[in-house]
This record gives sequence, structure tokens and C-alpha cells, in this order.
Amino acid sequence: MPIDLSVNGRTRRVDDDAETPLLWVLRDTLGLRGTRYGCGIAQCGACTVHVDGQPVRSCTLPVGVVESAAITTIEGVAGPEVEAVRAAWTARDVPQCGFCQSGQVMSAVALLRTIPIPSDADIDLAMSGNLCRCATYNRIRAAIHDAARAGSTPA
Amino acid sequence: MSTRRRRRPRIGCLSLIAIVGAALLLALAVLLRPRSLPQPTALAVGAPAAAPRTALRSPASFMAIADPRARSIALFREAGRVIQHPRCLNCHPRTDRPTQTDAMRPHMPWVSRGAGEAVLPCATCHHDRNVEAAGVPGNPGWQLAPSEMAWQGQSLGDICRQLIDPARSHMTRAELLDHMATDDLVGWAWHPGGERTPAPGTQAQFGALIDAWLSTGAQCPA
Ligand code: FES
Ligand code: FES
Repeated sequence: MPIDLSVNGRTRRVDDDAETPLLWVLRDTLGLRGTRYGCGIAQCGACTVHVDGQPVRSCTLPVGVVESAAITTIEGVAGPEVEAVRAAWTARDVPQCGFCQSGQVMSAVALLRTIPIPSDADIDLAMSGNLCRCATYNRIRAAIHDAARAGSTPA
Repeated sequence: MSTRRRRRPRIGCLSLIAIVGAALLLALAVLLRPRSLPQPTALAVGAPAAAPRTALRSPASFMAIADPRARSIALFREAGRVIQHPRCLNCHPRTDRPTQTDAMRPHMPWVSRGAGEAVLPCATCHHDRNVEAAGVPGNPGWQLAPSEMAWQGQSLGDICRQLIDPARSHMTRAELLDHMATDDLVGWAWHPGGERTPAPGTQAQFGALIDAWLSTGAQCPA
């Protein structure tokens, strides 16, 4: 059964089994490889995408469930928070190997959209599901604070 | 005489060194002798360990207890096998953080009631059903019990008194029965998916025990 998905603002028809995790549809069927496979069991956050604006682990989400939802991946995420995060990430040289970073960015953007000026505790709570085997956690936290400050300063 | 006396000990000393040397060589030879590696052996087949009782007793089977108060407590103790099962306790934690698995270890990733819910809600990973591909359990009502309904670390008697205290359970007795007997999220405990151990019996049998306990005066163990 073909499934119509809305991905990054475009409708994409896929013919995958409705139980296939969204992650595999994004990566293998649609070729959107910015979303990463880390664990496949909701433990690492590398596969984080936004579904109707909410950060979701795409490895746990059967594609049939999101037929009528707006899916946003790292390739399509946009807006002032995204620009602020991009600038802060670059200025702080956050990534090490980079593997986890698309998931980190998707979670960070969602956090800033929920809490524009997050505290350390907010950041730790929001980002605790995004593991980084290079342990860039301190730079991630600092960069989120930078992005929050940039977002709150009128241009 | 004196020369002979001097020579004797020298001979004794040499032979002593030779004996010790031989003993050392012998010990080395014994220690370094070629030996075969330990081989796998079949485990002795004994009686299998008693499997945990997975059925629930029916309310009728308690009728032999003549004293209604004792019967009510016995009914609750049987229902307690469900209430204190990890499938139920994991979401009735004593802190703001759920536990998971039969070992009831802290939930990974770190999720937390309150402030944590806004930024890392259950729905980040849990959906309206168990997703077997990822091994993640789910239900449309996936959530923690309120903190006043913390069960972990409480005795069965304390849990019982908490259940019948509307200030903490936020339920009338009719609502409590409905919750236990028909609530779909409670029912997940019998269909947990993956390799999770289901709660004993069925939700209908559990509901029948709670019903019988309530109608015998909802007595609590000490
Ligand atoms: S790949 Fe989805 S959480 Fe790790
Ligand atoms: S940068 Fe290497 S895993 Fe995070």
C-alpha cells in the first residue's frame, strides 16, 4: 500500500510496509541520510526528526502512523532557531566525529522553540536522550546557551 | 681426625643442594607437565526451578475463609501479585523518574515528570502501541501514575491504604474498580510486548479480585 508522506514540505509517495520504522524510509527510500541510525531502540537520539514540530525518534515510529503528519528532517529544518543553532555550533566547533550531531541539532532546535532561554537543567533534561560517543556535551550545552542569547537579542 | 670432620659436612651440603635441586626440577616438571584443557561437560539435569505462578486465583477460591475481614485481606494479597509486579510498579515510581525492565532499573534515557515532560515527553519514543521493531512499549495513554500514587518502596498494606484514600488515589471506589478492571493502560501490563514478563492472570481476573476485595469491605493487610 503506497503511503503519502509530507517530508520537509514536499509530499513523497513511498511503498514501504506500514510497520517499517520511519528512519529506514527516510534513509533508504527517500535518500535523506542526514538522519542517523545509532541504535534502533530509542536509546541514542541520532535518528531524531520533528513530527508536527515535536522531536521524535524516527527509529521507533512505524511509517504508517505518520501518514498525515508533517515530518521535518535535518535537511529541511529552518527558521531563526535553526540559524542561531547553526551559528553557535560553528562558532563553538561543536562536532567531533559528527555522527550524533544531526540528532543533537534537531533536539536543540525543538528545545529552543519550547523554552527560548533554557537553563542548564532544561538543557540537560531535553538533551539527555541524545548520546554523543565523542562526549561533546559541554560544547553542546554552551552552544545552546549561545544560540538562546543570539535568539533573544534583537537584530 | 680434624680433616675428616671438616670433609663430612661438605659432602652433606653438596647432597642437600642436589636433593633440593632435584626436588625443584621435579616440582617444575609436575607443574609444567602437558595437560589437556578443560572440556565442556553436560549440565546435570535436575528438577527445573519452580516457575513463578502466573495464574491468579479466583474470588470463589477464597470463600473457604469464613471471616470476611481475613477474606478481604487475602483477596487483596492475591491482587497484590499484580499491583507489585514490575509491569505496574515501573510506572508508579517513588521519584519523578520511571523505572524499566523486570529489574526495575532507572529508565534510560533520563526522563522525568514535571519540567522534563515539557522538553522530553514520553511521546518522543513511546507511541500508541508496542513497536516491536524497536522494542519500545506503547499505549495511547502512556504516562506515569501521579506522584501521590507512588507504589515503589511501599508495603502492600500501605499501597492498599493509599488506594482507598481518595485524596491520594483521586478515585472513588467505583472509579478505582473501573481503572483496575477496564483501563486500557492498566491492561497493557498483560500485553507488554517484546520479552517483557506480563502481569499474572488476566485483567478480567484481576478486576474480579479487586471487585471482591471492595465488596468485602476493602480491608488492608497490616
Ligand atoms: S537510532 Fe533511534 S534512538 Fe538511536
Ligand atoms: S560528535 Fe561524535 S558522536 Fe557526537
